[in-house]
Amino acid sequence: MGKQKPSVREVHHSHSPKRSLWWFFLVATCIKVLLFPSYRSTDFEVHRNWLALTHSLPLSQWYFDETSPWTLDYPPFFAYFERFLSIFANLIDPQIVHLQEGLNYSSNKVVYFQRVTAILSDLSLLYGVYRLTRNLDSRKQKLIWSLIVWSPMLFIVDHVHFQYNGFLIGILLISLSYLEEGRDLLGGFVFAVLLCFKHLFAVAAPVYFVYLLRHYCWGGMIRGFSRLLIMGGVVTAVFASAFGPFFHLGQIQQVIQRLFPFGRGICHAYWAPNFWVFYIMSDKGLAFIFRKLGFSIQTPTASFTAGLVGDSSPFSVLPQITPFVTFIMVLLALSPCLFKAWKNPQPQMISRWIAYAYTCGFLFGWHVHEKASLHFVIPLAIVAAQTLEDARHYFLLSIVSCYSIFPLLFEAQEYPIKVLLLLLHSILMWSGFSAQFYDGTEGNSGATMKKGFVIGWVERIYLIGLVVIEIWGQILHPLLLGDKFAFAPLMLISIYCAFGIMYSWIWQLVYIVKSL
Amino acid sequence: MGKGKKVKDTPSDDDCWWWLVQKGTTAVFITVGLFALLVRAAVSLHPYSGAGNPPKFGDYEAQRHWMEITINLPVREWYRNSTRNDLSYWGLDYPPLTAYQSFIHGLFLRFFHPDSVALFTSRGHESYLGKLLMRWTVLSSDALIFFPAVLYFIIVHYNQSSRSRKSELAWHIAMLLLHPCLILIDHGHFQFNCISLGFTVGAIAAILSGKDFVASVLYCLALNHKQMSAYFAPAFFSYLLGKCLRRKHPILEVLKLGLVVLGTFAVVWWPYLYSTHSILEVLSRLAPFERGLFEDYVANFWCASSVLIKWKRLFTTESLKLISFTATVITCLPSMVQQIKSPSSRGFLYALLNSSFSFYLFSFQVHEKSILLPLLPATLLAIEEPFMFRWFTQFAMLSMFPLICRDNLVVPYLALHALFVLIPNAPGQHRIKESNYFVSYLGSATMHLVLCCYFVLHIVYLTMHPPEKYPFLFEAIIMNLCFSQFVLVTLGCNIKQWLLNKPVKLEEIEKKLI
Repeated sequence: MGKQKPSVREVHHSHSPKRSLWWFFLVATCIKVLLFPSYRSTDFEVHRNWLALTHSLPLSQWYFDETSPWTLDYPPFFAYFERFLSIFANLIDPQIVHLQEGLNYSSNKVVYFQRVTAILSDLSLLYGVYRLTRNLDSRKQKLIWSLIVWSPMLFIVDHVHFQYNGFLIGILLISLSYLEEGRDLLGGFVFAVLLCFKHLFAVAAPVYFVYLLRHYCWGGMIRGFSRLLIMGGVVTAVFASAFGPFFHLGQIQQVIQRLFPFGRGICHAYWAPNFWVFYIMSDKGLAFIFRKLGFSIQTPTASFTAGLVGDSSPFSVLPQITPFVTFIMVLLALSPCLFKAWKNPQPQMISRWIAYAYTCGFLFGWHVHEKASLHFVIPLAIVAAQTLEDARHYFLLSIVSCYSIFPLLFEAQEYPIKVLLLLLHSILMWSGFSAQFYDGTEGNSGATMKKGFVIGWVERIYLIGLVVIEIWGQILHPLLLGDKFAFAPLMLISIYCAFGIMYSWIWQLVYIVKSL
Repeated sequence: MGKGKKVKDTPSDDDCWWWLVQKGTTAVFITVGLFALLVRAAVSLHPYSGAGNPPKFGDYEAQRHWMEITINLPVREWYRNSTRNDLSYWGLDYPPLTAYQSFIHGLFLRFFHPDSVALFTSRGHESYLGKLLMRWTVLSSDALIFFPAVLYFIIVHYNQSSRSRKSELAWHIAMLLLHPCLILIDHGHFQFNCISLGFTVGAIAAILSGKDFVASVLYCLALNHKQMSAYFAPAFFSYLLGKCLRRKHPILEVLKLGLVVLGTFAVVWWPYLYSTHSILEVLSRLAPFERGLFEDYVANFWCASSVLIKWKRLFTTESLKLISFTATVITCLPSMVQQIKSPSSRGFLYALLNSSFSFYLFSFQVHEKSILLPLLPATLLAIEEPFMFRWFTQFAMLSMFPLICRDNLVVPYLALHALFVLIPNAPGQHRIKESNYFVSYLGSATMHLVLCCYFVLHIVYLTMHPPEKYPFLFEAIIMNLCFSQFVLVTLGCNIKQWLLNKPVKLEEIEKKLI
């Protein structure tokens, strides 16, 4: 069409936001479909087993069954969700839901079925993003969509490794969108539902509690009290519908035991890049120095990943850490945020507070998975486009946390895929932020347009360091040291990424403390 | 993720993509290129042709076998039947450049996984690492040859055309790099079309920028990688001839070009130039006339008309060779004449399309995969002819569908097809002008009917079994439908090419008047 006369045709083709969001989702779906045959972790079999278990057994045995080592350890709503999916699984291939014969079943049918369920359940993410961004201007919308719907971490964790994080985080986003709109009761309700899907999201519960108490229930004795009762009633009802049947069967203790397996160690098999990495490393360092100085330091027999056995500690010098200590530390780290939420509960800060809460949980929590960084990276994307500082912080954080989950896909086949996903994400962020913050909307000269999005030199050096770490782990380490210290590259990634996450935590903390 | 999609020149609120484009061609190219690589890497997770299907496997095994032969035998024995080189088992039947490429890739494979290219013992070798390394050879060839060639073409093409719009540029890059057929055949089915097509794109770009010698060298390389590149020969020949005829010393110019061509050929064929016998030995491998007029089901004239006329029974192979040769030459004559008469950049692109189409439709021994060759100029013309391009691509996809089903690549086929539909419909995009001579020929009712057939045929082919009496009924229907559409496309493009003369004449007349 000629430039001079925008014809009817063009107007007709300018898309509505909903259509554009679908476009983003469908493009992502094409890639997800192409990833069908990629590597699947044991989580795939875990979820298949849950399909079989919920389909073949009566409710009373769900939390007792031990046919497969992958026992059900998610709250009841997730079990109901699996029960729902198993109806379709049974229609497609009964072997998928067979308790014994289905074990490690890996035909195309089961793979395609489960991959499709992961794709479809992402619709909740789509809805959450839509609700959160529908009042923003078109350009910001598209930027946020490309950060969330095309998040490389979700591709890697959900559609290669296999989990349902998109679905769960989608529920979290829906809850946040209600809070931002001031519809607190619905927000609280959706969050309670989320907790009954996956209890690990409970880290943000204190923030929710304080915020809802102050923002929803405060103001006047009677009004406040009645609102407290309403909210309490809603949350109780949600929990009752989830746990009620098991309570009725008298199995609640068994369910709780399954949900909170404190028998596990402080670190997951692959160390998440959090505070405890530093703790462990300083313990090793101190032990080494003391030994050099002539003290007799016993090498600990317990391992970090194996959990607490008797009173043997995995640490040789520093005091032992128990789940209770980590719990207190998370609460302490949360306290500035709780204080702010108490003093001035404003809806526009809620996404930041919730993201901050998950950051604290990630840094100081017990037996944290590296995948848990999704819980704060995705909500932070919503505020990433607000100021230049936010954008710089998000740029660094999302690259670091995406890189920190690289070890999840350890097979050579997926190597180009994860690297390309991260590169593409970085370049999209870079050009998106450039346009957002340096564009010359008011007819600026070409010079400003060219400038682009710049990050500080410390950040730049840090990101270049990531490349060095990757080259070391992939090429130099195997070449120079062979099979010796095979764990070293992974440890390096953990430690190096832990710096980035710590930085992000401090940045968020400062931001929250500074805010009015 | 991805794609630097289309945008208007001036930023405005409802135009969300300009941020990707404002960074310039390089940034757009990198973004789209990374996305295209991601798609290729994801497609390469899927099975290849003949996976787990002994004794002959498929094209994957052919390529692997060539690597095995080339790294284990001296150059002179590559095309010779011997105890060490059984030509009846996937003998080399491509020109020397393919052999050299196999040699280099073979070295790569041997370095990481010697078992996969060991002489004799590696026949039918299939392993996780083997597949991975093989896939990486295609990925790297694509990234090293096809991608730079496309960048070269884009830079040249959008420098010269005055109506270059950045949004169109982004869209055009996406179409070139994300063309579903090429990705499916190279990274799914397993072939190295990206190399010969990449050289061809390079040659075309060189022609557009006026570097005729570079173009000749690149085109000769393409020809020496896959003899199928000869489909483009009439266009290159007539354009260059037409241009030489317009110079001061036409004969000298032609001689110079001839020398360049001969020189390139001599370099590539050097190891076989020691005797006529060895040259003939190689040549005989390149022209497999014993394989018949057509193989399987292909949407060309011979296969489509064989429903009514049993060509293979009526004529001997010798006379069929002659008939098909004559038909090919006659059909590509109009576009050649046009180019010799008035060579032009646009006309050249149309001529490429028309000459490759006449080869695809009428020449001897055509594969369904050869549709990639006419598709290439059609993609280069995608901005000028968006509708023709989409229509043609759809039916090209359909014509490969039976092959894709045999290779178990239906899932990537559907995903890539969806992507192909999605990309032109990116939000905030300017619709590109549709010059719809095509629709006016067909009428929109017929078009919808054809589209309907298109969808139904996919579903029928996937879900139903053909009647026992006609086991290839569905293939025949698909091929006839595709053939009819291809004929329409090439007819339309021939007319389009001839119409190009008109405005030029008008301009000339105007100039004279002034």
